[in-house]
Amino acid sequence: MATGAAESRDVPFATILKNAVLTALVALILAIPLVGFETVASGAGSLTVRTRFDWVAYGTLAVFFGRLALGFWLARRVPPSSTEPGFLTRAAVFGSLHAKEIAIVGILFAVVLPFFSSSTVVYVATSVLIYVMLGWGLNVVVGLAGLLDLGYVAFYAVGAYSFALFAQWFDLSFWEALPLGGILAAVFGLALGFPVLRLRGDYLAIVTLGFGEIIRIVLVNWGAVTGGPNGILNIPGPTFFGLPFARNAPSGQTTFHQFFGIDYAPIHAGIFLYFIILALALLTNWFTLRLRKLPIGRAWEALREDEIACRALGLNPTNVKLSAFAIGAMLGGFAGAFFATRATFISPESFTFIESAMILMIVVLGGMGSQFGVVLAAIVVVTLPELRKIPILEWEPGQYRMLLFGMAMVGIMIWRPRGLLAHREPSLRLFGRKDGAK
Amino acid sequence: MTMLSIEGVHTFYGNIEALKGVDVSVETGEIVTLIGANGAGKSTLLMTICGRPRASKGRIVFEGRDITGTETFEIVRLGISQSPEGRRIFPRMTVLDNLQMGAISTDPSYFTEDLKRVFTLFPILERRQEQRGGTLSGGEQQMLAIGRALMSRPRLLLLDEPSLGLAPLVVKQIFEVIREINEQQKVTVFLVEQNAYHALKLAHRGYVMQTGQIALQGTGRELLGNREVRAAYLEGGH
Repeated sequence: MATGAAESRDVPFATILKNAVLTALVALILAIPLVGFETVASGAGSLTVRTRFDWVAYGTLAVFFGRLALGFWLARRVPPSSTEPGFLTRAAVFGSLHAKEIAIVGILFAVVLPFFSSSTVVYVATSVLIYVMLGWGLNVVVGLAGLLDLGYVAFYAVGAYSFALFAQWFDLSFWEALPLGGILAAVFGLALGFPVLRLRGDYLAIVTLGFGEIIRIVLVNWGAVTGGPNGILNIPGPTFFGLPFARNAPSGQTTFHQFFGIDYAPIHAGIFLYFIILALALLTNWFTLRLRKLPIGRAWEALREDEIACRALGLNPTNVKLSAFAIGAMLGGFAGAFFATRATFISPESFTFIESAMILMIVVLGGMGSQFGVVLAAIVVVTLPELRKIPILEWEPGQYRMLLFGMAMVGIMIWRPRGLLAHREPSLRLFGRKDGAK
Repeated sequence: MTMLSIEGVHTFYGNIEALKGVDVSVETGEIVTLIGANGAGKSTLLMTICGRPRASKGRIVFEGRDITGTETFEIVRLGISQSPEGRRIFPRMTVLDNLQMGAISTDPSYFTEDLKRVFTLFPILERRQEQRGGTLSGGEQQMLAIGRALMSRPRLLLLDEPSLGLAPLVVKQIFEVIREINEQQKVTVFLVEQNAYHALKLAHRGYVMQTGQIALQGTGRELLGNREVRAAYLEGGH
């Protein structure tokens, strides 16, 4: 039926109105308990409840009109021509074509960054790198092996606590305790792996969620070992080939700045930590990329695709799953050990579910399986709350972090369900590969 | 010499008896086919050989070794390879990755040689090796599934309905390759099919399965000429 092209499409008023009313109703129901009541201090330490139904009304109306406008916009919108790839798609294609160049530029940038920035920037960059490493580690489990792990923070915690306890009890240095933290986390990965071998999908997610909580609760309650809710204090920092970072050398030792004959500056320790985590993260990246090319990585991917076919090919799914859990956990453990040495203080507070959710979000936002996407997502997720330190911004994005993340996730699910920078390698190329290979 | 003998095997899905005492034997170097209607238990028998589900009664012996209780992934290492029903290739992995997965439990030093062998059988796979499995046509996917099964250097190849959903011309091609695998590469083939005409023409011997039991057996030619078989599986077409 070819009517004039200029004629706008029929706008289904009734449907749009109905949708708007329904949405407003949901908003109303949610807003009454969430916004409608407020407790205020009324002197003498007692609280009274105050209602804010005017706010509820405004909010509901805003949702109603917003949904109405959205409905009209969607109805009138001309579907975009699908041949023109969007900016992010083009960025992803560009990224996959120039992966090596981007990686080199990125690493160079990361290497020179601390020499030209303040200690705050170095601190934030270090945090970003911790999450990059965690994201890459979780990517092994979620992206490659397809096992949804909602309790990844448990391994982070195991790494951090084992490092702290080794340092406290056995006086091990960072470099001695780091591998032990990773190995212990891997052991816990196996411990989690065994009971969940038969589970997949939702059920697996629930069990891993529970596992994360179990670890945290054990940390809170096993006061004799873990210090309970008070955590562990005075975790030693790493040394530079035996040279500690301190203003005054402990007896019989030379400090870093004395050895090199430079003035003491607190940023030295920060920069050193930064380079350690940069090296750890790059090592993680290299390791996971390498694994993908090995039979074990291929087995993980195959298991994600079809478990029955894997069995029919002589693959023992038990070993494959356990290895994914163990290696993912080990990487999380390394990151945890680093976290402990940097923070010098750890408590169960740092290992709540929200932390697992953040790491998973980094993986999902970045695009499962995309190493570069994880970096971008980690930068966004970690620096967002730090923006409150910029005084010009009156509002503090940090406070609205979860709201913004939630919105970002919804947006990603709508527009780029495979992740920000997820990009499928073309299965077929018209004119052969760009780099000249077949 | 008997390569595989299935002796009085019963298999249950919960309370439902899918196999009610099946006896089948496959001699070394043969192509043996098992035909039967939907739900007769053909695929169940093939899966039972691989230990999933397990036979609750009876014995499965492969090259003199009782494999009734052996783990699925170990059975493959003994030299039995299956191209499962519905092909089950890895759709998001490349053709080459799929083939590499097929070789995952074999000595890697054979890999190049085996890959060449598969590419000789299915030249299309060589051209498609960088492509994702899921983007192949049905016939190509079936070739990939058979090729993947061959990568583990089986002495016995189990094929579950390789002609399922394929165009007649492609079916012919696939069956031609199965003959080649058997004659040139000396792989014994146990073939489950609904496409009775092609399967019986190809096979040395055949079995007809009905509701979990073997109803008839004989050489391929005998069965093709059998009136019951003709009435049940061959009338109207082919």
